[in-house]
Amino acid sequence: MSLDQSLVGRAFPPTAPHHVTEASIAAFAAATGGAAPDGSAPPTYPIILAFEAMQTFLDAEQVELQRIVHGEQRFSYVRPLVAGDTLVATLTVASLRQISGNDIVGTTSTFTDADGAVVCTALATLVHRGPETDEHPSDEQEEGA
Amino acid sequence: MSLTTPTVGAVLEPRTYAITRADLVAYATASGDDNPIHQDEAVALAVGLPGVIAHGMYTMGLMAHAVRAWFPTAEVREIGSKFTHPVVVPADGAVEIEVSGTVKKVEDDPEDPARVHVSLALLVTCEGTKVLGMPKALLAVPRG
Repeated sequence: MSLDQSLVGRAFPPTAPHHVTEASIAAFAAATGGAAPDGSAPPTYPIILAFEAMQTFLDAEQVELQRIVHGEQRFSYVRPLVAGDTLVATLTVASLRQISGNDIVGTTSTFTDADGAVVCTALATLVHRGPETDEHPSDEQEEGA
Repeated sequence: MSLTTPTVGAVLEPRTYAITRADLVAYATASGDDNPIHQDEAVALAVGLPGVIAHGMYTMGLMAHAVRAWFPTAEVREIGSKFTHPVVVPADGAVEIEVSGTVKKVEDDPEDPARVHVSLALLVTCEGTKVLGMPKALLAVPRG
């Protein structure tokens, strides 16, 4: 099932508040190569919220997670995350195109703190693999992992 | 690791990371990304993938680890990449990725005279194949 072009521009509800703690930073760091000497948050840490925001979108559109492959992800920081932050992420569908049976979904997400100030923004491309696609992704396509 | 101001063209010591299926389970738990294509061979094959593949964000997380190991006093302002080639992780043993980089650009930090903005040229490979497309890292680094 292809996604519908009317999705473009739609913002999905924000994620539940996520509390950044020393323990949550340490757990994420341990799973991504190890902790920084100063205990600061890994720069890909907000993927925890980005993933939740994506799930909200997929559930709303009845898309199966196993048909999603991550094509691209970029984070841009206004300030570093710190323990004590409470963040929410809001995802908007920015673009949608169909390539060889797959939906290529461009999303933007905004991560805001308890004061509503933007801490970080993210761009992500999600590839929704069509059911009839059996070929392996080629290097030229925006497919990936 | 140097505490002097980075210079354009400086070559950073490549870092390697071994990835096992157990690492993918740990990453799934830490990130919340429990997509079965990163755990279950049958599901991965059924959706047309070559086998269980690493989360793209796990590979990027390791790239970020390398960047922070090279510049421990830096603040990461931007990080990202495309996921252009899957990293297939075998049921037994490990697959290795290598992260290498050079300093591409050094500019004044417009907001902080005590720091410079450093852009890195990065290369992330698995068994000689580039796995991340257009990898980018922009750092704010204290002047040495």
